Amino acid sequence: MSPARRATLAPRAPEAPADGPAVEARDFSFWYGKAKTLHEISIALPRRAVTAIIGPSGCGKSTFLRSVNRMNDLVVDSRVAGELLVEGRPVYGAGIDLVAHRQKVGMVFQRPNPFPKSVYANVAYGPALNALVPRRDLPDLVERCLRRAALWEEVKDRLDQPATGLSGGQQQRLCIARALANEPTILLMDEPCSALDPIATQRIEELIVELKRDYTIVIVTHNMQQAARVADLTGFFDAGRLVEFGDTDQIFTAPKHERTEAYITGRFG
Amino acid sequence: MNRRAMRRFVSRFMVGLMVLAVVIAVLPLLLILGSLLLRGAGARSPAFFVSSPAPVGMPGGGVLHAIVGTLMIVGMASLAGIPLGIAAGFYCSEYNGTRLASVTRFVADVLNGTPSIVVGVFAWTWVVRAQGHYSATAGAVALAVLMLPMVMRTTEELLKLVPVSLREAALALGYSRWRTSLVVVLRTALPGIVTGSLLSVARIAGETAPLLFTVLGSQYLSFDVDRPMAALPLVVYQYAIGPYPAWHRLAWTSALVLILVVLVLSIAARIVTRQRFGRRD
Repeated sequence: MSPARRATLAPRAPEAPADGPAVEARDFSFWYGKAKTLHEISIALPRRAVTAIIGPSGCGKSTFLRSVNRMNDLVVDSRVAGELLVEGRPVYGAGIDLVAHRQKVGMVFQRPNPFPKSVYANVAYGPALNALVPRRDLPDLVERCLRRAALWEEVKDRLDQPATGLSGGQQQRLCIARALANEPTILLMDEPCSALDPIATQRIEELIVELKRDYTIVIVTHNMQQAARVADLTGFFDAGRLVEFGDTDQIFTAPKHERTEAYITGRFG
Repeated sequence: MNRRAMRRFVSRFMVGLMVLAVVIAVLPLLLILGSLLLRGAGARSPAFFVSSPAPVGMPGGGVLHAIVGTLMIVGMASLAGIPLGIAAGFYCSEYNGTRLASVTRFVADVLNGTPSIVVGVFAWTWVVRAQGHYSATAGAVALAVLMLPMVMRTTEELLKLVPVSLREAALALGYSRWRTSLVVVLRTALPGIVTGSLLSVARIAGETAPLLFTVLGSQYLSFDVDRPMAALPLVVYQYAIGPYPAWHRLAWTSALVLILVVLVLSIAARIVTRQRFGRRD
Protein backbone atom coordinates (compact mmCIF):
# COMPACT_ATOMS: atom_id res chain seq x y z
CA MET A 1 0.00 0.00 0.00
CA SER A 2 1.47 3.34 -1.01
CA PRO A 3 2.20 6.10 1.51
CA ALA A 4 -0.02 8.47 -0.44
CA ARG A 5 -3.06 6.33 0.17
CA ARG A 6 -2.20 6.08 3.82
CA ALA A 7 -2.08 9.81 4.12
CA THR A 8 -5.68 10.24 3.12
CA LEU A 9 -6.81 7.54 5.51
CA ALA A 10 -9.17 6.23 2.91
CA PRO A 11 -10.60 2.77 3.45
CA ARG A 12 -8.70 -0.09 1.91
CA ALA A 13 -9.72 -1.09 -1.55
CA PRO A 14 -12.42 -3.71 -1.18
CA GLU A 15 -11.73 -7.01 -2.84
CA ALA A 16 -15.31 -7.56 -3.92
CA PRO A 17 -16.82 -5.54 -6.77
CA ALA A 18 -16.84 -1.96 -5.59
CA ASP A 19 -20.40 -1.37 -6.70
CA GLY A 20 -22.02 -4.26 -4.85
CA PRO A 21 -23.80 -3.64 -1.58
CA ALA A 22 -21.63 -3.23 1.52
CA VAL A 23 -23.91 -5.36 3.63
CA GLU A 24 -26.49 -7.71 2.23
CA ALA A 25 -28.84 -10.02 4.08
CA ARG A 26 -30.82 -12.74 2.34
CA ASP A 27 -33.51 -14.39 4.42
CA PHE A 28 -31.31 -13.88 7.44
CA SER A 29 -32.76 -15.19 10.70
CA PHE A 30 -31.35 -15.17 14.19
CA TRP A 31 -32.21 -17.08 17.36
CA TYR A 32 -31.19 -16.51 20.95
CA GLY A 33 -31.79 -19.99 22.27
CA LYS A 34 -35.35 -20.76 21.27
CA ALA A 35 -36.40 -17.15 20.76
CA LYS A 36 -36.29 -16.11 17.11
CA THR A 37 -35.26 -12.46 17.17
CA LEU A 38 -34.78 -11.89 13.45
CA HIS A 39 -37.23 -13.25 10.86
CA GLU A 40 -35.95 -13.71 7.32
CA ILE A 41 -34.40 -10.28 6.89
CA SER A 42 -33.55 -9.35 3.33
CA ILE A 43 -31.87 -6.01 2.86
CA ALA A 44 -29.00 -4.51 0.88
CA LEU A 45 -27.09 -1.55 2.26
CA PRO A 46 -25.20 0.52 -0.32
CA ARG A 47 -21.60 1.61 0.08
CA ARG A 48 -20.58 5.07 1.22
CA ALA A 49 -24.00 5.93 2.50
CA VAL A 50 -25.56 6.22 5.91
CA THR A 51 -28.27 3.70 6.62
CA ALA A 52 -30.35 4.18 9.73
CA ILE A 53 -32.16 1.30 11.38
CA ILE A 54 -35.08 2.38 13.47
CA GLY A 55 -37.75 0.54 15.39
CA PRO A 56 -39.15 0.03 18.85
CA SER A 57 -37.09 -1.56 21.64
CA GLY A 58 -36.63 -5.27 21.19
CA CYS A 59 -37.40 -5.17 17.47
CA GLY A 60 -34.08 -6.81 16.63
CA LYS A 61 -32.27 -3.80 15.19
CA SER A 62 -29.28 -4.16 17.51
CA THR A 63 -29.20 -7.90 16.94
CA PHE A 64 -29.02 -7.26 13.21
CA LEU A 65 -26.24 -4.70 13.62
CA ARG A 66 -24.28 -6.98 15.91
CA SER A 67 -24.61 -9.85 13.45
CA VAL A 68 -22.72 -7.86 10.85
CA ASN A 69 -19.46 -8.07 12.82
CA ARG A 70 -20.54 -11.15 14.74
CA MET A 71 -20.51 -9.54 18.16
CA ASN A 72 -23.40 -11.86 18.95
CA ASP A 73 -20.87 -14.68 19.14
CA LEU A 74 -20.44 -13.67 22.77
CA VAL A 75 -23.95 -14.91 23.44
CA VAL A 76 -23.98 -18.61 24.02
CA ASP A 77 -26.68 -20.60 22.31
CA SER A 78 -27.25 -18.26 19.37
CA ARG A 79 -28.05 -19.61 15.93
CA VAL A 80 -28.45 -18.13 12.46
CA ALA A 81 -30.04 -19.12 9.18
CA GLY A 82 -30.02 -17.54 5.75
CA GLU A 83 -27.19 -15.47 4.40
CA LEU A 84 -25.42 -12.36 5.56
CA LEU A 85 -22.81 -10.93 3.22
CA VAL A 86 -20.35 -8.17 3.86
CA GLU A 87 -18.78 -6.93 0.66
CA GLY A 88 -19.79 -10.18 -0.95
CA ARG A 89 -18.32 -12.50 1.68
CA PRO A 90 -20.55 -14.61 3.89
CA VAL A 91 -20.13 -13.41 7.48
CA TYR A 92 -21.24 -16.72 8.95
CA GLY A 93 -19.35 -18.75 6.36
CA ALA A 94 -16.95 -21.42 7.48
CA GLY A 95 -13.85 -19.79 6.05
CA ILE A 96 -14.22 -16.34 7.57
CA ASP A 97 -11.30 -14.82 9.44
CA LEU A 98 -13.07 -13.04 12.29
CA VAL A 99 -10.08 -10.91 13.18
CA ALA A 100 -9.74 -9.60 9.64
CA HIS A 101 -13.48 -9.23 9.35
CA ARG A 102 -13.81 -7.16 12.50
CA GLN A 103 -10.91 -5.03 11.40
CA LYS A 104 -12.86 -4.13 8.25
CA VAL A 105 -16.12 -3.64 10.12
CA GLY A 106 -15.61 -1.10 12.90
CA MET A 107 -18.10 -0.65 15.66
CA VAL A 108 -19.11 2.20 17.96
CA PHE A 109 -21.18 1.22 20.96
CA GLN A 110 -24.06 2.76 22.81
CA ARG A 111 -21.99 3.82 25.78
CA PRO A 112 -18.53 5.17 25.12
CA ASN A 113 -16.18 2.35 26.10
CA PRO A 114 -12.61 3.63 25.91
CA PHE A 115 -9.97 1.34 27.34
CA PRO A 116 -8.68 2.51 30.71
CA LYS A 117 -5.50 3.68 29.05
CA SER A 118 -4.18 6.89 27.59
CA VAL A 119 -5.94 8.73 24.78
CA TYR A 120 -3.08 7.84 22.48
CA ALA A 121 -3.07 4.16 23.39
CA ASN A 122 -6.79 3.89 22.74
CA VAL A 123 -6.40 4.94 19.13
CA ALA A 124 -3.15 3.06 18.58
CA TYR A 125 -4.62 -0.19 19.92
CA GLY A 126 -6.19 -1.56 16.76
CA PRO A 127 -3.54 -0.62 14.20
CA ALA A 128 -0.79 -1.85 16.52
CA LEU A 129 -2.53 -5.18 16.88
CA ASN A 130 -3.31 -5.62 13.22
CA ALA A 131 0.11 -4.26 12.24
CA LEU A 132 -1.51 -1.89 9.76
CA VAL A 133 1.38 0.54 9.73
CA PRO A 134 5.01 0.38 10.84
CA ARG A 135 5.35 1.24 14.50
CA ARG A 136 7.08 4.55 13.83
CA ASP A 137 4.11 5.73 11.75
CA LEU A 138 1.65 5.12 14.57
CA PRO A 139 1.82 8.68 15.96
CA ASP A 140 0.85 10.08 12.54
CA LEU A 141 -1.98 7.61 12.18
CA VAL A 142 -3.26 8.45 15.66
CA GLU A 143 -3.21 12.15 14.84
CA ARG A 144 -5.04 11.64 11.53
CA CYS A 145 -7.72 9.54 13.16
CA LEU A 146 -8.22 12.00 15.99
CA ARG A 147 -8.50 14.82 13.44
CA ARG A 148 -10.93 12.78 11.43
CA ALA A 149 -13.04 12.27 14.55
CA ALA A 150 -12.90 16.04 15.18
CA LEU A 151 -11.18 15.47 18.49
CA TRP A 152 -7.56 16.38 17.81
CA GLU A 153 -7.74 20.01 18.88
CA GLU A 154 -9.28 19.05 22.19
CA VAL A 155 -6.88 16.26 23.13
CA LYS A 156 -3.60 17.04 21.40
CA ASP A 157 -2.08 18.28 24.66
CA ARG A 158 -3.34 15.39 26.73
CA LEU A 159 -2.55 12.33 24.65
CA ASP A 160 -0.78 10.80 27.64
CA GLN A 161 -3.69 11.23 29.96
CA PRO A 162 -6.30 8.63 30.78
CA ALA A 163 -9.08 8.46 28.22
CA THR A 164 -11.56 7.97 31.02
CA GLY A 165 -10.95 11.59 32.03
CA LEU A 166 -12.56 12.91 28.83
CA SER A 167 -16.17 14.01 28.70
CA GLY A 168 -18.81 11.58 27.43
CA GLY A 169 -18.98 13.21 23.99
CA GLN A 170 -15.20 13.28 23.70
CA GLN A 171 -15.00 9.65 24.76
CA GLN A 172 -17.47 8.69 22.06
CA ARG A 173 -15.48 10.58 19.41
CA LEU A 174 -12.39 8.83 20.75
CA CYS A 175 -14.16 5.52 20.22
CA ILE A 176 -14.91 6.60 16.65
CA ALA A 177 -11.25 7.54 16.16
CA ARG A 178 -10.28 4.16 17.59
CA ALA A 179 -12.55 2.43 15.09
CA LEU A 180 -11.23 4.54 12.18
CA ALA A 181 -7.63 3.74 13.10
CA ASN A 182 -8.31 0.16 12.09
CA GLU A 183 -9.00 1.40 8.56
CA PRO A 184 -12.40 -0.20 8.27
CA THR A 185 -14.69 0.15 5.27
CA ILE A 186 -17.87 -0.20 7.28
CA LEU A 187 -18.74 1.52 10.54
CA LEU A 188 -21.50 0.10 12.73
CA MET A 189 -22.98 2.46 15.28
CA ASP A 190 -25.28 1.14 17.96
CA GLU A 191 -27.20 4.16 19.29
CA PRO A 192 -23.98 6.14 19.48
CA CYS A 193 -25.61 9.25 20.92
CA SER A 194 -28.03 7.83 23.43
CA ALA A 195 -25.68 8.55 26.32
CA LEU A 196 -24.76 12.04 25.12
CA ASP A 197 -26.15 15.52 25.55
CA PRO A 198 -27.62 17.43 22.56
CA ILE A 199 -24.43 19.36 21.76
CA ALA A 200 -22.26 16.26 21.80
CA THR A 201 -24.94 14.52 19.74
CA GLN A 202 -24.82 17.26 17.15
CA ARG A 203 -21.04 16.94 16.84
CA ILE A 204 -21.30 13.18 16.33
CA GLU A 205 -24.01 13.65 13.71
CA GLU A 206 -21.90 16.15 11.79
CA LEU A 207 -19.10 13.65 11.96
CA ILE A 208 -21.29 10.86 10.58
CA VAL A 209 -22.31 12.98 7.60
CA GLU A 210 -18.67 13.88 7.03
CA LEU A 211 -17.48 10.29 7.30
CA LYS A 212 -19.94 8.81 4.85
CA ARG A 213 -17.84 10.09 1.95
CA ASP A 214 -15.37 7.33 2.75
CA TYR A 215 -17.21 4.82 4.86
CA THR A 216 -20.37 2.79 4.79
CA ILE A 217 -22.20 3.66 7.97
CA VAL A 218 -24.98 1.70 9.59
CA ILE A 219 -26.54 3.41 12.57
CA VAL A 220 -29.12 2.03 14.93
CA THR A 221 -31.05 4.80 16.59
CA HIS A 222 -34.04 5.38 18.79
CA ASN A 223 -34.10 8.98 17.77
CA MET A 224 -36.15 9.44 14.61
CA GLN A 225 -35.06 13.02 14.10
CA GLN A 226 -31.53 11.73 14.14
CA ALA A 227 -32.29 9.16 11.47
CA ALA A 228 -33.96 11.87 9.38
CA ARG A 229 -30.96 14.18 9.81
CA VAL A 230 -28.08 11.84 9.04
CA ALA A 231 -29.34 8.89 7.05
CA ASP A 232 -29.66 8.47 3.29
CA LEU A 233 -31.62 5.28 3.73
CA THR A 234 -33.77 4.09 6.57
CA GLY A 235 -34.96 0.64 7.50
CA PHE A 236 -37.83 0.12 9.90
CA PHE A 237 -37.71 -3.02 12.01
CA ASP A 238 -40.61 -4.31 14.03
CA ALA A 239 -40.86 -7.54 16.00
CA GLY A 240 -37.81 -9.01 14.31
CA ARG A 241 -38.98 -8.24 10.77
CA LEU A 242 -37.88 -5.63 8.31
CA VAL A 243 -41.14 -3.81 7.65
CA GLU A 244 -39.94 -1.16 5.28
CA PHE A 245 -36.70 -0.01 3.74
CA GLY A 246 -36.14 2.95 1.48
CA ASP A 247 -34.94 6.51 1.07
CA THR A 248 -35.06 8.34 4.37
CA ASP A 249 -37.24 11.08 2.84
CA GLN A 250 -39.74 8.57 1.59
CA ILE A 251 -39.86 6.64 4.89
CA PHE A 252 -40.51 9.79 6.88
CA THR A 253 -42.81 11.61 4.47
CA ALA A 254 -44.62 8.86 2.61
CA PRO A 255 -44.28 5.54 4.43
CA LYS A 256 -45.84 2.69 2.52
CA HIS A 257 -46.73 0.63 5.56
CA GLU A 258 -49.25 1.52 8.17
CA ARG A 259 -46.97 0.20 10.91
CA THR A 260 -44.11 2.45 9.80
CA GLU A 261 -46.37 5.45 9.76
CA ALA A 262 -47.70 4.61 13.21
CA TYR A 263 -44.15 4.37 14.55
CA ILE A 264 -42.72 7.51 13.02
CA THR A 265 -45.72 9.56 14.02
CA GLY A 266 -45.25 8.35 17.57
CA ARG A 267 -48.35 6.27 17.93
CA PHE A 268 -46.31 3.39 19.41
CA GLY A 269 -42.78 2.49 20.32
CA MET B 1 -40.03 17.53 69.08
CA ASN B 2 -41.28 18.07 65.59
CA ARG B 3 -40.63 15.64 62.77
CA ARG B 4 -37.69 17.44 61.31
CA ALA B 5 -35.85 17.73 64.59
CA MET B 6 -36.58 14.08 65.25
CA ARG B 7 -35.13 13.09 61.90
CA ARG B 8 -32.05 15.18 62.51
CA PHE B 9 -31.60 13.53 65.88
CA VAL B 10 -31.96 10.01 64.47
CA SER B 11 -29.53 10.84 61.67
CA ARG B 12 -26.90 12.11 64.11
CA PHE B 13 -27.44 9.17 66.40
CA MET B 14 -26.88 6.71 63.57
CA VAL B 15 -23.76 8.51 62.35
CA GLY B 16 -22.54 8.44 65.94
CA LEU B 17 -23.07 4.69 66.10
CA MET B 18 -21.09 4.20 62.92
CA VAL B 19 -18.21 6.34 64.15
CA LEU B 20 -18.21 4.26 67.32
CA ALA B 21 -18.08 1.06 65.28
CA VAL B 22 -15.12 2.39 63.30
CA VAL B 23 -13.29 3.28 66.51
CA ILE B 24 -13.92 -0.17 67.96
CA ALA B 25 -12.72 -1.76 64.73
CA VAL B 26 -9.53 0.26 64.55
CA LEU B 27 -8.70 0.21 68.25
CA PRO B 28 -7.16 -3.30 68.39
CA LEU B 29 -4.97 -2.46 65.42
CA LEU B 30 -3.75 0.75 67.05
CA LEU B 31 -3.14 -1.07 70.32
CA ILE B 32 -1.14 -3.77 68.62
CA LEU B 33 0.96 -1.31 66.66
CA GLY B 34 1.38 0.91 69.69
CA SER B 35 2.57 -1.83 72.05
CA LEU B 36 4.84 -3.27 69.36
CA LEU B 37 6.44 0.11 68.86
CA LEU B 38 6.73 0.75 72.60
CA ARG B 39 8.15 -2.61 73.54
CA GLY B 40 9.86 -3.64 70.34
CA ALA B 41 11.57 -0.51 69.14
CA GLY B 42 13.25 0.34 72.44
CA ALA B 43 17.02 0.59 72.23
CA ARG B 44 17.56 -1.60 69.23
CA SER B 45 20.73 -1.06 67.31
CA PRO B 46 21.02 -1.61 63.58
CA ALA B 47 22.95 -4.71 64.53
CA PHE B 48 19.65 -6.34 65.28
CA PHE B 49 18.80 -6.41 61.63
CA VAL B 50 22.17 -7.46 60.33
CA SER B 51 23.34 -10.08 62.76
CA SER B 52 22.30 -13.56 63.70
CA PRO B 53 21.37 -14.56 67.24
CA ALA B 54 23.97 -14.53 69.95
CA PRO B 55 24.46 -17.72 71.94
CA VAL B 56 22.10 -18.19 74.86
CA GLY B 57 22.93 -15.91 77.77
CA MET B 58 25.01 -13.54 75.67
CA PRO B 59 23.75 -10.02 75.08
CA GLY B 60 23.07 -8.64 71.62
CA GLY B 61 22.39 -10.68 68.58
CA GLY B 62 19.75 -10.14 65.95
CA VAL B 63 17.19 -11.78 63.74
CA LEU B 64 18.83 -11.45 60.37
CA HIS B 65 18.54 -15.20 59.94
CA ALA B 66 14.79 -15.01 60.43
CA ILE B 67 14.33 -12.01 58.12
CA VAL B 68 16.23 -13.82 55.39
CA GLY B 69 14.32 -17.01 56.11
CA THR B 70 10.92 -15.37 55.95
CA LEU B 71 11.77 -13.55 52.73
CA MET B 72 13.03 -16.74 51.12
CA ILE B 73 10.18 -18.98 52.23
CA VAL B 74 7.52 -16.42 51.39
CA GLY B 75 9.28 -15.67 48.11
CA MET B 76 9.25 -19.32 47.09
CA ALA B 77 5.64 -19.73 48.14
CA SER B 78 4.66 -16.63 46.13
CA LEU B 79 6.55 -17.78 43.07
CA ALA B 80 4.42 -20.92 43.04
CA GLY B 81 1.16 -19.69 44.55
CA ILE B 82 0.60 -16.40 42.73
CA PRO B 83 0.97 -17.54 39.10
CA LEU B 84 -1.03 -20.70 39.79
CA GLY B 85 -3.71 -18.76 41.63
CA ILE B 86 -3.99 -16.11 38.91
CA ALA B 87 -4.13 -18.75 36.19
CA ALA B 88 -6.82 -20.73 38.01
CA GLY B 89 -8.85 -17.59 38.77
CA PHE B 90 -8.50 -16.54 35.16
CA TYR B 91 -9.82 -19.88 34.01
CA CYS B 92 -12.78 -19.77 36.39
CA SER B 93 -13.74 -16.29 35.25
CA GLU B 94 -13.21 -16.72 31.50
CA TYR B 95 -14.67 -20.21 31.34
CA ASN B 96 -17.35 -19.52 33.88
CA GLY B 97 -20.09 -22.11 33.63
CA THR B 98 -17.91 -25.04 32.72
CA ARG B 99 -17.95 -27.97 35.10
CA LEU B 100 -14.25 -27.71 35.80
CA ALA B 101 -14.68 -24.06 36.77
CA SER B 102 -17.39 -24.73 39.33
CA VAL B 103 -15.52 -27.70 40.80
CA THR B 104 -12.34 -25.62 41.05
CA ARG B 105 -14.24 -22.78 42.69
CA PHE B 106 -15.80 -25.13 45.23
CA VAL B 107 -12.45 -26.72 46.08
CA ALA B 108 -10.89 -23.29 46.46
CA ASP B 109 -13.61 -22.21 48.85
CA VAL B 110 -13.11 -25.33 50.95
CA LEU B 111 -9.36 -24.80 50.90
CA ASN B 112 -9.84 -21.17 51.89
CA GLY B 113 -11.65 -22.28 54.99
CA THR B 114 -9.11 -24.95 55.91
CA PRO B 115 -7.19 -24.12 59.12
CA SER B 116 -3.57 -23.38 58.34
CA ILE B 117 -2.35 -26.04 60.75
CA VAL B 118 -4.11 -28.66 58.65
CA VAL B 119 -2.25 -27.39 55.62
CA GLY B 120 0.92 -27.66 57.70
CA VAL B 121 0.14 -31.29 58.49
CA PHE B 122 -0.49 -31.86 54.80
CA ALA B 123 2.91 -30.44 53.90
CA TRP B 124 4.50 -32.48 56.66
CA THR B 125 2.95 -35.68 55.32
CA TRP B 126 3.69 -35.14 51.66
CA VAL B 127 6.93 -33.17 51.70
CA VAL B 128 8.74 -33.55 55.04
CA ARG B 129 8.02 -37.26 55.37
CA ALA B 130 8.76 -37.90 51.72
CA GLN B 131 12.07 -36.02 51.91
CA GLY B 132 12.89 -37.46 55.29
CA HIS B 133 13.82 -34.09 56.83
CA TYR B 134 12.49 -30.61 57.56
CA SER B 135 13.17 -28.00 54.95
CA ALA B 136 12.37 -24.46 53.85
CA THR B 137 10.85 -25.91 50.69
CA ALA B 138 8.29 -27.83 52.71
CA GLY B 139 7.26 -24.60 54.44
CA ALA B 140 7.01 -22.84 51.10
CA VAL B 141 4.74 -25.62 49.82
CA ALA B 142 2.44 -25.20 52.82
CA LEU B 143 2.30 -21.44 52.39
CA ALA B 144 1.74 -21.74 48.63
CA VAL B 145 -1.23 -24.02 49.26
CA LEU B 146 -2.61 -21.41 51.66
CA MET B 147 -2.15 -18.62 49.13
CA LEU B 148 -3.58 -20.42 46.17
CA PRO B 149 -7.30 -20.13 46.97
CA MET B 150 -6.92 -16.54 48.18
CA VAL B 151 -5.20 -15.39 45.01
CA MET B 152 -7.53 -17.44 42.85
CA ARG B 153 -10.77 -16.10 44.27
CA THR B 154 -9.60 -12.47 44.28
CA THR B 155 -8.44 -12.80 40.68
CA GLU B 156 -11.74 -14.30 39.64
CA GLU B 157 -13.82 -11.65 41.37
CA LEU B 158 -11.73 -8.82 39.94
CA LEU B 159 -11.88 -10.21 36.42
CA LYS B 160 -15.63 -10.42 36.69
CA LEU B 161 -15.73 -6.71 37.53
CA VAL B 162 -14.24 -5.78 34.15
CA PRO B 163 -17.17 -4.39 32.16
CA VAL B 164 -18.47 -6.42 29.23
CA SER B 165 -18.30 -3.26 27.14
CA LEU B 166 -14.50 -3.31 27.29
CA ARG B 167 -14.45 -6.88 26.12
CA GLU B 168 -16.75 -5.94 23.24
CA ALA B 169 -14.59 -2.96 22.35
CA ALA B 170 -11.56 -5.19 22.01
CA LEU B 171 -13.36 -7.90 20.07
CA ALA B 172 -14.80 -5.29 17.71
CA LEU B 173 -11.27 -4.11 16.97
CA GLY B 174 -10.35 -7.57 15.82
CA TYR B 175 -8.84 -8.97 18.99
CA SER B 176 -9.10 -12.71 19.24
CA ARG B 177 -10.74 -14.08 22.33
CA TRP B 178 -7.60 -15.10 24.19
CA ARG B 179 -5.95 -11.81 23.31
CA THR B 180 -8.96 -9.89 24.56
CA SER B 181 -8.85 -11.85 27.79
CA LEU B 182 -5.16 -11.35 28.24
CA VAL B 183 -4.51 -7.85 26.97
CA VAL B 184 -7.73 -6.09 27.89
CA VAL B 185 -9.48 -7.99 30.65
CA LEU B 186 -6.45 -9.13 32.61
CA ARG B 187 -4.64 -5.85 32.05
CA THR B 188 -7.60 -3.86 33.32
CA ALA B 189 -7.92 -5.97 36.44
CA LEU B 190 -4.17 -6.16 37.00
CA PRO B 191 -3.77 -3.46 39.67
CA GLY B 192 -6.44 -5.15 41.76
CA ILE B 193 -4.94 -8.57 41.20
CA VAL B 194 -1.49 -7.37 42.23
CA THR B 195 -2.95 -5.78 45.34
CA GLY B 196 -4.85 -8.97 46.15
CA SER B 197 -1.75 -11.07 45.62
CA LEU B 198 0.35 -8.86 47.87
CA LEU B 199 -2.31 -8.97 50.54
CA SER B 200 -2.15 -12.73 50.43
CA VAL B 201 1.65 -12.51 50.64
CA ALA B 202 1.24 -10.36 53.72
CA ARG B 203 -1.22 -12.87 55.15
CA ILE B 204 1.03 -15.88 54.73
CA ALA B 205 4.13 -14.00 55.88
CA GLY B 206 2.68 -14.03 59.37
CA GLU B 207 1.54 -17.67 59.33
CA THR B 208 3.15 -19.67 62.12
CA ALA B 209 1.31 -22.97 62.37
CA PRO B 210 2.18 -24.38 58.92
CA LEU B 211 5.85 -23.57 59.52
CA LEU B 212 6.10 -25.39 62.85
CA PHE B 213 6.45 -28.83 61.39
CA THR B 214 7.83 -27.95 57.99
CA VAL B 215 10.72 -25.48 58.23
CA LEU B 216 11.21 -26.18 61.95
CA GLY B 217 13.29 -23.07 62.63
CA SER B 218 17.01 -22.55 62.99
CA GLN B 219 19.49 -20.50 64.97
CA TYR B 220 21.71 -19.87 61.99
CA LEU B 221 21.66 -17.80 58.89
CA SER B 222 21.03 -20.22 56.05
CA PHE B 223 20.35 -19.98 52.36
CA ASP B 224 19.91 -23.69 51.84
CA VAL B 225 16.27 -24.29 50.97
CA ASP B 226 16.70 -27.99 51.55
CA ARG B 227 17.48 -27.49 55.25
CA PRO B 228 15.49 -26.16 58.19
CA MET B 229 15.39 -22.39 58.17
CA ALA B 230 14.45 -19.61 60.56
CA ALA B 231 11.36 -17.50 59.99
CA LEU B 232 10.11 -14.43 61.81
CA PRO B 233 6.85 -15.92 63.11
CA LEU B 234 8.78 -18.91 64.47
CA VAL B 235 11.32 -16.63 66.12
CA VAL B 236 8.53 -14.68 67.75
CA TYR B 237 6.99 -17.90 68.95
CA GLN B 238 10.20 -19.42 70.25
CA TYR B 239 11.45 -16.28 71.95
CA ALA B 240 8.07 -15.46 73.43
CA ILE B 241 7.71 -18.82 75.18
CA GLY B 242 11.34 -18.81 76.30
CA PRO B 243 12.31 -18.21 79.92
CA TYR B 244 14.61 -15.18 79.57
CA PRO B 245 13.49 -11.54 79.62
CA ALA B 246 16.07 -10.80 76.95
CA TRP B 247 14.31 -13.34 74.70
CA HIS B 248 10.99 -11.67 75.33
CA ARG B 249 12.43 -8.38 74.18
CA LEU B 250 13.75 -10.14 71.08
CA ALA B 251 10.28 -11.54 70.49
CA TRP B 252 8.73 -8.09 70.63
CA THR B 253 11.26 -6.68 68.24
CA SER B 254 10.87 -9.62 65.88
CA ALA B 255 7.15 -9.06 65.86
CA LEU B 256 7.73 -5.43 65.00
CA VAL B 257 10.08 -6.46 62.19
CA LEU B 258 7.45 -8.86 60.88
CA ILE B 259 4.89 -6.07 60.78
CA LEU B 260 7.42 -3.82 59.05
CA VAL B 261 8.12 -6.47 56.42
CA VAL B 262 4.41 -6.70 55.72
CA LEU B 263 4.13 -2.91 55.65
CA VAL B 264 7.02 -2.59 53.20
CA LEU B 265 5.35 -5.19 50.98
CA SER B 266 2.07 -3.30 51.01
CA ILE B 267 3.72 0.02 50.22
CA ALA B 268 5.71 -1.60 47.44
CA ALA B 269 2.44 -2.94 46.05
CA ARG B 270 0.98 0.56 46.01
CA ILE B 271 3.94 1.98 44.18
CA VAL B 272 4.14 -0.83 41.66
CA THR B 273 0.46 -0.74 40.78
CA ARG B 274 -0.02 3.01 40.76
CA GLN B 275 -1.92 3.72 37.55
CA ARG B 276 0.44 5.23 35.07
CA PHE B 277 -0.39 6.41 31.63
CA GLY B 278 2.43 6.77 29.21
CA ARG B 279 2.11 7.32 25.48
CA ARG B 280 2.78 3.66 24.93
CA ASP B 281 0.63 2.34 27.73
